[in-house]
Amino acid sequence: MIPSAFEYHRPGDLASALGILSAYGDEARVIAGGHSLIPMMKLRMASVGHLVDLQSVAELRGITVAEREVTIGAMVTQAELISHDGLAKAVPILREAALQIADPQVRYVGTVGGNVANGDPGNDMPGLMQCLDARFTLVGPGGPREVPARAFYHGLYATERAEDEILTRIAIPVHAGGHAYEKQKRKIGDYATAAAAVLLTKSGGKVASASVAMTNLSDVPVWSEAAAAALVGRDCGAEAVADAVAAMLADIDPQADNRGPIAFKKHVAGVILGRAIARAWSRA
Amino acid sequence: MNDLTPSREERIANLKGLGSSRKRVEDVRFTQGKGNYVDDIKMAGMLFGDFVRSPYAHARVVSINADAARALPGVVAVLTAADLAPLNLHWMPTLAGDKQMVLADGKVLFQGQEVAFVVATDRYIAADAIELVEVEYEELPVVVDPFAALAPDAPVLREDLNGILSGAHGPRRHHNHIFLWETGDKAATEEALGAAEVVAEEVVYYHRTHPCPLETCGCVASMDKVNGKLTVWGTFQAPHVVRTVASLLSGIEEHNIRVVSPDIGGGFGNKVGVYPGYVCAIVASIVTGKPVKWVEDRMDNLMATAFARDYWMKGRISATKEGRITALHCHVTADHGAFDACADPTKFPAGFFHICTGSYDIPVAYVGVDGVYTNKAPGGVAYRCSFRVTEAAYFIERMIEVLAIELGMDAAELRRINFIRKDQFPYQSALGWEYDSGDYHTAWDKALAAVDYKGLRAEQAQRLAEFRAGRTRKLLGIGLTHFTEIVGAGPVKNCDILGMGMFDSCEIRIHPTGSAIARLGTISQGQGHATTFAQIIASEIGLSADSITVEEGDTDTAPYGLGTYGSRSTPVAGAATALCGRKIRAKAQMIAAWLLEVHEGDLEWDVDRFQVKGAPERFKTMKDIAYAAYNQAIPGIEPGLEAVSYYDPPNMTYPFGAYIAVMEIDVDTGEHAVRQFYALDDCGTRINPMVIEGQVHGGATEGYAIAMGQEIAYDEIGNVKTGTLMDFFLPTAWETPHYTTDHTETPSPHHPIGAKGVGESPNVGSVPAFSNAVHDAFRPFGLRQSHMPHDHWRIWKIARDLGLHG
Ligand SMILES: Cc1cc2nc3c(=O)[nH]c(=O)nc-3n(C[C@H](O)[C@H](O)[C@H](O)COP(=O)(O)OP(=O)(O)OC[C@H]3O[C@@H](n4cnc5c(N)ncnc54)[C@H](O)[C@@H]3O)c2cc1C
Repeated sequence: MIPSAFEYHRPGDLASALGILSAYGDEARVIAGGHSLIPMMKLRMASVGHLVDLQSVAELRGITVAEREVTIGAMVTQAELISHDGLAKAVPILREAALQIADPQVRYVGTVGGNVANGDPGNDMPGLMQCLDARFTLVGPGGPREVPARAFYHGLYATERAEDEILTRIAIPVHAGGHAYEKQKRKIGDYATAAAAVLLTKSGGKVASASVAMTNLSDVPVWSEAAAAALVGRDCGAEAVADAVAAMLADIDPQADNRGPIAFKKHVAGVILGRAIARAWSRA
Repeated sequence: MNDLTPSREERIANLKGLGSSRKRVEDVRFTQGKGNYVDDIKMAGMLFGDFVRSPYAHARVVSINADAARALPGVVAVLTAADLAPLNLHWMPTLAGDKQMVLADGKVLFQGQEVAFVVATDRYIAADAIELVEVEYEELPVVVDPFAALAPDAPVLREDLNGILSGAHGPRRHHNHIFLWETGDKAATEEALGAAEVVAEEVVYYHRTHPCPLETCGCVASMDKVNGKLTVWGTFQAPHVVRTVASLLSGIEEHNIRVVSPDIGGGFGNKVGVYPGYVCAIVASIVTGKPVKWVEDRMDNLMATAFARDYWMKGRISATKEGRITALHCHVTADHGAFDACADPTKFPAGFFHICTGSYDIPVAYVGVDGVYTNKAPGGVAYRCSFRVTEAAYFIERMIEVLAIELGMDAAELRRINFIRKDQFPYQSALGWEYDSGDYHTAWDKALAAVDYKGLRAEQAQRLAEFRAGRTRKLLGIGLTHFTEIVGAGPVKNCDILGMGMFDSCEIRIHPTGSAIARLGTISQGQGHATTFAQIIASEIGLSADSITVEEGDTDTAPYGLGTYGSRSTPVAGAATALCGRKIRAKAQMIAAWLLEVHEGDLEWDVDRFQVKGAPERFKTMKDIAYAAYNQAIPGIEPGLEAVSYYDPPNMTYPFGAYIAVMEIDVDTGEHAVRQFYALDDCGTRINPMVIEGQVHGGATEGYAIAMGQEIAYDEIGNVKTGTLMDFFLPTAWETPHYTTDHTETPSPHHPIGAKGVGESPNVGSVPAFSNAVHDAFRPFGLRQSHMPHDHWRIWKIARDLGLHG
């Protein structure tokens, strides 16, 4: 449980951080809160020659709440997400989800950027960001580009981000209507057995729009367009929910692990989605 | 007398003796981060060791190449079995009469087994160096199932025992068989079962788990080549035994070995065994002449040091139609892993499992236990239970529930009609124990009344109706347990470890100004000995507990004792302490007589003083006497005031309790919520009620973890699946239920102060309470037995198999 030796860098701005990344190529890796990366290094599953600490890069901090969109710096901690009142009004599902991540100690240090950039299917933020239709700003040697969360995840630890790019900001549209983040876990500090992020708007007693994303049920987060489509135009009653669940089940691909066998995970995914829809609907 | 003279009640209160909830004196340093644990020890020139461990559960070691590791700057030595063989230290004896490889000798038998020991000038270099040791393995077929291990064509695990048909505990009938241990009357039990009106049969599995103390195992060994003295600081639950074993193994005379257990961050049995790390650190220190530290990390600890449980218990219990139990039969297949390293008294390779008749008056019984080798880590330690008592309690408390189902009876009532009655004590059990004292009916009635048992059952019936009507998806489970413990090992005539009788000891030295130091053969790992043993002494000799220092764990200063595990400290060392105090008091009485110029027989003891009978205003306090003992020439009496006692208990003690868990179970997700947990403990005389409550909270939390999720799981090729705290369940404040504690007090008739021990009771009693609650919730749907841990998916599977998911 001791990592192999590494060089430690603490650049003071984004340009220097990018410079170190291009100088050392795949030898270098950025570290944010370290709560995913350090365990991997201690287990010697990740070996990093040059660790580039982003703690002193001021450009990566801060939360801005505008009328239609909020932007969150990559180095904003999960605890800051929870304590920011403006954010809780504009995008309330963020607080609800962040409160279900890990434990307070981890959340004081773990960042939003690290959580979404990590590429681990266990992380809660990626699915949430897909549900919210967030956009990630990546800055590399060639300048910035914006990638939708829904196009960012390719596979286990494989994302759209190139090795010499740093994720700087996340833009999230302000949402209306009802929301819910529902997660089943074995204990505090555990990744999801199954989690569901749901956004719904209501019009005339019917679902006007919906967005559904699932966590830790495939090697990538699963934004289920089919599940959302099953709800739109309907009264969100038992039948509609059953259809949404059936559609979602066709999109996920859970694996057996210590949390349980595949059949169990599918069953729980359905129950959790049902609960998330019910709660979101009650708030819509 | 005037207003300033303290009243008798005040004098008693000032002692902070028996019955006082005095705060734990240890906590001042623990809560400020000022404890001194093994890893806090730093010495000039100290080296660090780390293990190359086997990634395979069963493989031949073809070659080990340590050249690259040796070439790394800072690496001082790399030890392999070949280096230890000339010293005959490549294998070591286990506490169970078997032997265990210190470093892989030709093959490895479990994942995480120690293969080579790297010693370096720095902990980080050692970690880098173990990666550079190249080991070539040739994989062998793996056996993780103890039943498969006994198949005729199963691979031979212990090649060193090939052809040896007899082990430390009798004949071995198969190459992977360790022993068959039997007790009770087999023929009579079979006869009673055959003639019975009702028989319930079930296989009850108590899964493999691990004590997982917060502090892992470790040591610092320091060989002083100038004076020939070896000092070993370590996380030892039995430091004196470690000294004797180290002497026998190394040939160093025992007076030249000093073993010190400093502060220990929890043991729970995990720190009883002797581990390869200790041997390697000692050898490395002897070779290098430098102090060598070895401390496990969490994964090492979970993978390689002593596990607990792993008992497959096949039971048959019979009764009359009215529910009177007539016989109990149990056969256990015990998975001991790769080496038999259980920590049990020599005579009892299955520990005290034969306490499995529990709290019930069962006329005839039989137990047979087959020990089996598999490709898993060795161990089989207590985990907060004296020697397989947890398994026994779980077994009988499950069998009672299954019998209740078979009889269609209420399980509380079934228990009540079978309890050993108060007037039957001392009670001879069918499996050979003499229960010292008990009053089970009183405890049971108190517990049922406290939780409003009738009301709970009514609520449960109501819930069931709602569930059936589709109005809820949550069931209510009521988990009952009445456990009987057996602790305080134990009488030297039948309890020894490696030949050393399981007595214990205390030495008390009174200082001239009326304070004292006491040293014991035990060692606290969080139990609060420095607090509670001072209270025993305070009540015996009349000095305040605040004026008494308690010291343990240094073999150069403390009297010999067998250490702390299996709730033995209070029953054994606590008795030695009380008797030692009485020796002090006897001498004090002679001194007081001389000081007061009366005959000894004219004096009586009163709280903190000897007073003249009929003239209580003429007295000498223990403080006065202490001063006189050192400063006055008293004819015929040696100066000084100190004593030592070694106590060989005449019998075990038998604490008991009634625990009730009420749980809500979500049939769709398998989640649960503990709504209520009531724990009534009877541990005889209560020394410190607050410490008892703390012990109950801690033990019940361990029990909750074990029942509801904690396990050491292996896949089919012997990989440990639960090697980190992400997957090995250790409850935090969030998961921990709220506990209500209660008590009755039935003193032990043979213990000097009537105390029985409580440390392990809550682990023994809570596991069946939680598990029974889960089973009880599903009883109306036909569930009889489902193995622990009851984590989400296993509860979900119960519901699925019973057709509750539609
Ligand atoms: C006990 C425990 C429980 C946990 N439980 C949960 C949970 O329930 N749900 C959950 O979602 N997470 C959980 N986590 C993970 C936690 O939320 C992490 O903090 C988070 O996943 C990563 O954020 P970080 O800031 O710590 O990133 P780091 O660990 O520093 O980095 C993670 C990865 O992202 C990369 N990275 C980080 N920042 C950037 C950036 N700005 N640009 C490009 N790449 C970047 C790093 O190079 C690294 O590969 C848990 C962690 C622990 C230790």
